[in-house]
Amino acid sequence: MRRDRRTMALMFAVPLLMLTVFGYAARYDVASIPTAVVGPVPPGVVQALGPAFPVVQRQPAGTEASARRLLRDSKAQVALVPTAGGTAVLVDGTELFSAESALRRLDGVPGARVELLYNPRLKTSSVMLPGIIGFILLFVGLFIISLGVVREREQGTLEQFAVTPLRPVDVILGKMVPYFLIALFNLVLGVVAAIVLFGVPFRGSVLLFAAFGLSFLFAVLGFGVLVATASRTQAQAVQLAILVILPQVMVSGMVFPLNAMPAGVRWLGWIMPLTYFILGTRGILLKAAPLTAVWFPLVVLVAMAAAVFGLSVVQFRRVLA
Amino acid sequence: MTWAAAGVVVRFGPTTALDGVDVTLEAGRIHALIGGDGSGKSTLLRALAGVQPIDAGTVRRPPAGHIGFVSAGGGVFPDLTVDENVEFIAGAYRLAAWRDRADGLLQRAGLTPFRDRVAGHLSGGQHRKLAGTLALLPQPALLVLDELTTGLDPLSRMEIWRLQADAAAAGTAVVAATAYLDEAERAEEVVLLHRGRVLAAGSPQSVVDAVPGCVDDVAQPDDPDRAWRRGARWRQWRPEGERRPDAPLRLEDAAIIIELSAELAADR
Repeated sequence: MRRDRRTMALMFAVPLLMLTVFGYAARYDVASIPTAVVGPVPPGVVQALGPAFPVVQRQPAGTEASARRLLRDSKAQVALVPTAGGTAVLVDGTELFSAESALRRLDGVPGARVELLYNPRLKTSSVMLPGIIGFILLFVGLFIISLGVVREREQGTLEQFAVTPLRPVDVILGKMVPYFLIALFNLVLGVVAAIVLFGVPFRGSVLLFAAFGLSFLFAVLGFGVLVATASRTQAQAVQLAILVILPQVMVSGMVFPLNAMPAGVRWLGWIMPLTYFILGTRGILLKAAPLTAVWFPLVVLVAMAAAVFGLSVVQFRRVLA
Repeated sequence: MTWAAAGVVVRFGPTTALDGVDVTLEAGRIHALIGGDGSGKSTLLRALAGVQPIDAGTVRRPPAGHIGFVSAGGGVFPDLTVDENVEFIAGAYRLAAWRDRADGLLQRAGLTPFRDRVAGHLSGGQHRKLAGTLALLPQPALLVLDELTTGLDPLSRMEIWRLQADAAAAGTAVVAATAYLDEAERAEEVVLLHRGRVLAAGSPQSVVDAVPGCVDDVAQPDDPDRAWRRGARWRQWRPEGERRPDAPLRLEDAAIIIELSAELAADR
């Protein structure tokens, strides 16, 4: 057992990681809700909100439309804007825990007319499903790819290709394309199920959603191949896949809100592809976020996918060489 | 045409699996690779086939597409049927007219009745014969087989030997690791590996002839360091003894003596 470092890591490092991350990250109560002040809002109203609503954006000449745009683009989660009947407090309903926290805190604020945007009934399924789709892609993709490739290594059929005229790139494509298509089918199935079974709206651009989906699939494919090339047996691949999946689920914002986590743990979320997939797809599905609103998570996701996928191809070539 | 390994060194961390191995493989001949467990047979075969990177030395082999390789226990896609395996390999080697050849090979291997059977459901012998058939399909210039006959019944072993002999007759250089010394005796060339080095090479007879002394068949050995069991009795090597025509040495005796001598020399 002491020579099996991976099992040792799974027995000791993962529980430690779970304990640490769950301990620090597992917070549903969001104590700090980024707030925008748009237009001539009386200073008293802003002060009445208290320190839980730090002002991150001020647009003195802004209108209600620009306030809504700020929430759509995830520049803030709450926006104050003057209206004929007083001050409207617009709350982004896609940030479920921030919205719930904001509603609780706004309860006692006089003259605040609260309006929930994008997810007015605060449906958990609408907010969770983009993350769950990402998790399913990660889970299924990682396991089918890594187990499939490792199984071929175990059976000695992968090295068989080295004596054929097939180039490594032919073999890599031959292995990856079917898995990619299966994962793509899973993605489409997940979205259709989310819409039909759970009533999740699809308000944004299909093309933009596809860009997020494909980038994430490449990253998953890359992770799967990396796990396969680092594993000699299917059991090792399973262990390693769990080590890749667990942290992504814990700190990607899928279960626990990112802005409720302390900075020491939150940075882990910013290096996980699932985080950017959730940010982008949640915005596209629920808020009809355009490219100008989600370009940053898309660029990061594409860069991550290119890096992971590129590294996986290099490693796969080494295995085939 | 000859293929060769010259001064090949392969290391796995601190372990040297091959330590300057020289082997020459001639077209139209069967070369048997023998040696104990961990002697480096599989590593040498993998280096010859080009699936094992080497740390030093050179390997001269045919280009990819002209090598048939069956690794120990591998070489078959278990989820495909026999026919699908054949078709897949024909595609991978980009073979044009292969169906008649495949029919002939499957017939020769006794696999014709099982063409629709999933390879994972074949018996051990059928599985290995299919692996051999697939390796032979592209009419390779070099056929590399790693213990293809291990664990098989005598009839299946014979059929696999027939496949190898056919390949050699067609001009293929065959190199096959085997755990059975009676099989190695049928090869034109024998290479004896021990701890990653070639201890003996040549025709089976020349390897036997190079061993000094004689071997006695005894009930109880008086020199246990130079004796080994065969059935209920013992074989005992006497280095200074004179070989008698009625007690010829077999390749198995010669291989054991050569390895024994190497061990005794290493101990000294």
